[in-house]
Amino acid sequence: MKKRSSLNGHTILLFITIGLFIVLYAGGCIAYGSKGFTHLQTFLNILITNAGLICVACGLTVVMLTAGIDISVGALIAMDCMMLAVGMRSGIGAVPMMLLVLLVGIAFGAFQGFMIGYLGIQPFIVTMAGMFFCRGMTAVICTDQVSITKEINETFYNLANMKINIPFGGYTNKKGMYMVPYIRVTVVVALLVLVIVYLMLRYTKFGRSLYAVGGNAQSAAMMGLNVKSIRMRAHMLCSVLASIGGICYCLNTMAGSVSQALGLEMDAISSAVIGGTLLTGGVGNVFGSFFGVLINGTISSIVKTNGKLASSWPNILTAILLFVFIVIQSIFAAVRNRRK
Amino acid sequence: MEENVVLTARGITMTFPGVKALEDVDFTLRRGEIHALMGENGAGKSTLIKCLTGINDFEAGEIHIAGIDGPVKNHSTRDAQNVGISTVYQEVNLCPNLSVAENLFIGREPMTAFHTIDRKSYNKRSQKIMDDLGISVDVTQNLENYSLAIQQMVAIARAVDMDCKVLILDEPTSSLDDEEVEKLFVLMRRLRDQGVGIIFVTHFLEQVYAVCDRITVLRDGHFVGEYPIAELPRVKLVAAMMGKNLDDLEEIGKEHENTAEDKLEISAKGLSHTGTVKPFDLDIHKGEVVGVAGLLGSGRSELARAIYGADKANTGSLEVDGKSVKINQPIDAMNLGMGMLPDDRKAEGIIQDLSVRENMILALQAKQGMFKPLSRAKQEELVDEYIKVLQVKTASKETLVKQLSGGNQQKVILGRWLITQPDFLILDEPTRGIDVGTKAEIQKLILKLAGEGKSILFISSEISEMLRTCSRMAIMRDGEKVNELDHDLTQESVMKAIAGGEQNND
Repeated sequence: MKKRSSLNGHTILLFITIGLFIVLYAGGCIAYGSKGFTHLQTFLNILITNAGLICVACGLTVVMLTAGIDISVGALIAMDCMMLAVGMRSGIGAVPMMLLVLLVGIAFGAFQGFMIGYLGIQPFIVTMAGMFFCRGMTAVICTDQVSITKEINETFYNLANMKINIPFGGYTNKKGMYMVPYIRVTVVVALLVLVIVYLMLRYTKFGRSLYAVGGNAQSAAMMGLNVKSIRMRAHMLCSVLASIGGICYCLNTMAGSVSQALGLEMDAISSAVIGGTLLTGGVGNVFGSFFGVLINGTISSIVKTNGKLASSWPNILTAILLFVFIVIQSIFAAVRNRRK
Repeated sequence: MEENVVLTARGITMTFPGVKALEDVDFTLRRGEIHALMGENGAGKSTLIKCLTGINDFEAGEIHIAGIDGPVKNHSTRDAQNVGISTVYQEVNLCPNLSVAENLFIGREPMTAFHTIDRKSYNKRSQKIMDDLGISVDVTQNLENYSLAIQQMVAIARAVDMDCKVLILDEPTSSLDDEEVEKLFVLMRRLRDQGVGIIFVTHFLEQVYAVCDRITVLRDGHFVGEYPIAELPRVKLVAAMMGKNLDDLEEIGKEHENTAEDKLEISAKGLSHTGTVKPFDLDIHKGEVVGVAGLLGSGRSELARAIYGADKANTGSLEVDGKSVKINQPIDAMNLGMGMLPDDRKAEGIIQDLSVRENMILALQAKQGMFKPLSRAKQEELVDEYIKVLQVKTASKETLVKQLSGGNQQKVILGRWLITQPDFLILDEPTRGIDVGTKAEIQKLILKLAGEGKSILFISSEISEMLRTCSRMAIMRDGEKVNELDHDLTQESVMKAIAGGEQNND
């Protein structure tokens, strides 16, 4: 009987990702310890900067599990930010606007999901159309950059500037002031999203169906799963998570602009891939994607702390990492095929 | 309904555009029997199965199932499962990235009070199901960690656990080795004894006689007959499948001289391709026509493909013209002077939208490499020559191939290979679907080529045609070369060799 240890290829990939994050981070601490890289706040800043991206990466992991893809999320976020900024400028409250943004996300995801699941159109094409639509709509709403200031909406402003202090890991700065480490609301939202999506993938019928559809859609259908509906719901979920990510993103940038979140979908996809999610579907885990985001964030953070490196270096490093990870993945796939 | 019968199909008729796939087919399955559904490729086995499982919508006829009043018409595999018909296909329809237990329970998982899936409970139940069936697996492992045979059995376990009364096994053994097949049979017998009616579709004759109780034979979409296994010896089964009546087989005399020389052109030793053809030895002399006979799907074409490199051989060695060679892909074979006329000329042979000339010079151009284009004048000269030799009926050499009749298309492909001046030609069903006159011409041409010292491997479903042209015949059965006949070539001796299994001869 052929049997492998429970530590299969996918788990190993996840461990490689986590290990890489630790190595990178430790490297940063050693090289830039004097510049404050070792402070807990450096890590928390990575979380704060990337809170929106974490939500989006979770959503993309969900659709990628079904062997789908969604490249509309970056543009959707730009539209979300613009809606929030313009809506609040015209006097609508922060809460109604956020709900509206979520509703738009549901409707937008439902439409894309319907095209993909029930009409059987390629996810790439559908979401590319979605991307153009959202980017275009953003400009239709307003072509200028709209900032959200305290005068425009105090609730939103306060939400954005709310610090949640962490009771440990502080340090005394050069002026002798004790700095308490903090996170923002967005980090709480992102971590909640992460945990909920993780539990959903692991413990609900819908979550397991996603894996089944990605593993072999035809088999899933034969086993009585409603593949069309599952695909549609996966894309809906992705758009909703992107909208939550959009709100987080807006809380970080406090502005709406046509060129916002450009290429964010690619950051999310690369995070998921580095985290061990296969583009062919059926394999992946949101924690992997989370670490994928952290790795990208750490690279940016190192480059920023260094101060002398050009800001384009993170892109090149991400490219190399992606390449390495894809090669590792195909080696695993090849080994598995040989085993058969 | 007769007692003990779980499923009857009566007068099933089903048409695909242009072809009558099934016509007035009957089928009866009883409780606790393993019932083989036999027929050559294209006889309608799969179509019938698909009618039972709701994938195909049949036009006429009725299906009845024990315990259900009135005729049953399934519209999806789900409908079929609800009336107790489950199917396990050759390619396992499970999700390799999920655990064994999840594969057993997906879509019908037990739930906890919190509306989450109850992993513990289904892992336990799955382990019990597998243990009861005598399959030793750890159900929490991913399915992809297990061999294909185990995956197959998991699929069966899922079907059985869903209370199926009728279990359809569609070519389940094609990718299993002998030991795994034996394990599968143990499971099948166990299920039969539990009262499940099993429909077993396979092209392995041995397996039918090893495990089945009854056989239904289809041919060309028609019902030929239903026989208890003891009353249908192998030769009769083959005769029923091929539509030949053993009693009135006429002797067909050879119409040709044996043109074989002593020198070997091709000598294959232990050549095989995993999953399609088991290791075989085959010698072909210069100027010799060797036939390959066997049922459709017995590995005839696959044997040729392994020699030609269309399926790269996994084991064995090949000598061409006395020299040991390695063929990794068809271009290597072409450079060694081989040519192959594939059996599916629509898909693998002609290129419909190119002209006769373009189709004919294709192989020579490929052999030369694309940076040494043949001059137009040279092309025309060659094409004119072979249009004449082969008597291709075409308006001009620039006519699109799709406008030609089937027989003339076949001649164009033949011309494509003859232009390359091959020493060894593989002809896979060169006469299928073409009229009698052209068939005779092609047969004559084969003999003429042999007379010129070319070696030919000739594959055909028509034994009589091979008897007329071949001096030696290799017999294929279940992907294995089981015999070679070089004297006393008659329709009867060839059929007996194809059927095999002496113990079943009467």
